Amino acid sequence: MTSPREVVVTGLGATTPLGGDVASTWAAALAGQSGARTLENDWAERYEIPVTFAAQIKVKPEDVLPRPEIKRMDPSTQYAMIAAREAWADAGSPEVDGERLGAVVSSGIGGIWTTLEGWDTLKERGARRMLPMTVPMLMPNSPAAYVSLEFGAQAGAHALVSACASGAEAIGYGIDMIRAGRADVVVAGGTEATIHPMPIAAFAASRTLSLRNDDPQGASRPYDVDRDGFVIGEGAGIVVLESAEHAAARGARVYARIGGVGLSADAYHITSPDPEGRGQVAAMTRALAEAKVEARDVVHVNAHATSTKVGDLTETRSIRTVLGDDADHVLLSATKSMTGHLLGGAGALETIFTVKAVHERLAPPTINVAQPDPELQVPLVRDTPATLPAGDIAAINNSFGFGGHNVALVVTNA
Amino acid sequence: MAYTEQEVLAGLAEIVSEETGLPTDAVVAEKSFTDDLDIDSLSMMTIVTHAEDKFGVRIPDEEVKNLATVGDAVSFITGAQA
Repeated sequence: MTSPREVVVTGLGATTPLGGDVASTWAAALAGQSGARTLENDWAERYEIPVTFAAQIKVKPEDVLPRPEIKRMDPSTQYAMIAAREAWADAGSPEVDGERLGAVVSSGIGGIWTTLEGWDTLKERGARRMLPMTVPMLMPNSPAAYVSLEFGAQAGAHALVSACASGAEAIGYGIDMIRAGRADVVVAGGTEATIHPMPIAAFAASRTLSLRNDDPQGASRPYDVDRDGFVIGEGAGIVVLESAEHAAARGARVYARIGGVGLSADAYHITSPDPEGRGQVAAMTRALAEAKVEARDVVHVNAHATSTKVGDLTETRSIRTVLGDDADHVLLSATKSMTGHLLGGAGALETIFTVKAVHERLAPPTINVAQPDPELQVPLVRDTPATLPAGDIAAINNSFGFGGHNVALVVTNA
Repeated sequence: MAYTEQEVLAGLAEIVSEETGLPTDAVVAEKSFTDDLDIDSLSMMTIVTHAEDKFGVRIPDEEVKNLATVGDAVSFITGAQA
């Protein structure tokens, strides 16, 4: 008999630099494709921005959503809606009382296109030209609110913000809602739409972006000795979480279980990870304990690995600390090598990758690793997918954010 | 150059269509913004903002509540042109 508090994943949805849905995104990831491209605009020249490329969404929302939604939603909400509708349909559009349905959708930055365009309008044309929808479009809870409106989710609509850990934290919170008995089904995930000159210039100013302008597709190279920063990406990932009992009662297809949610804060520095990795270790340790998973059962880790000099190695040392010698049989994937860094969408998209990996027993590759960093301490899946073992297996999805936020989710087979 | 009533109606229909997704030919003079076209107050203010921009007129907030139908708006905008 299944425990009523066990949480399973029954639906997946995404729109990413690799594709407009989960199937195309996953196929491109398994094929080792990069979603990064040179930007077709004059931002770099006009504003002297040192970065000329990004991982832009592959299928434009204008090609998918009706015109009024494009006008009433910030791009971050548009991406979330596309992914949420796919996830909901993928879950079989579950029949659920609205009071038992939750929506948790995060963005790391919020509706920045709307915010900045509103400011431009005010400066150039005055307050009379400010559009009345500006506030509901720019507020960072807008994606969660629109998703709750879409499906009638009345158990709660939440938007946790923890920079690049936001998407994973949203899924963790959705799991907690189900465990606490506040909901039976939760639509959860993350979204981001920040490929605008201001945030690109701001990230460039913090010296965290790759400057490999002559080779966008080779720029995101986690664990390669020549990595020089992350590639900014955009898009959304949404999952349908469900109590195992509810899923079983309606005969839903179950992709995987998420039995462990590990949260911690470094309390060390506003942007740099604690070099000792204490917060990362705590998050993974808590997640494994909660899922009742032993180190020897962990066969795959989807790393946060953004392709920065310091961050990538701190994480693999933390993985080694948590798993000990069992790290020798872990297959490590850094999918940001292909998708770029979706910021608030990253943790959700990578949860989807982790769920797909466990479900299909296939770890996606890490591309652009010409020469692995000699200090990399965990076996890396390079260039082509690697098969995961049969039997009961567990995988970890790590997500870390500016501010010292750490989220680890433990995914096990259904 | 002033817009004719027909031109104002056509332009307003485009704005309403963009905002609501309704076809432009559904936006005719006798239609009520709230009862027939299901336009809420935020959408109405958005339409007003775009209409002011397009036709170069000022539609004061206290006037908006008097614009019950598309025809009311067309009349007001046509008359408000300099």
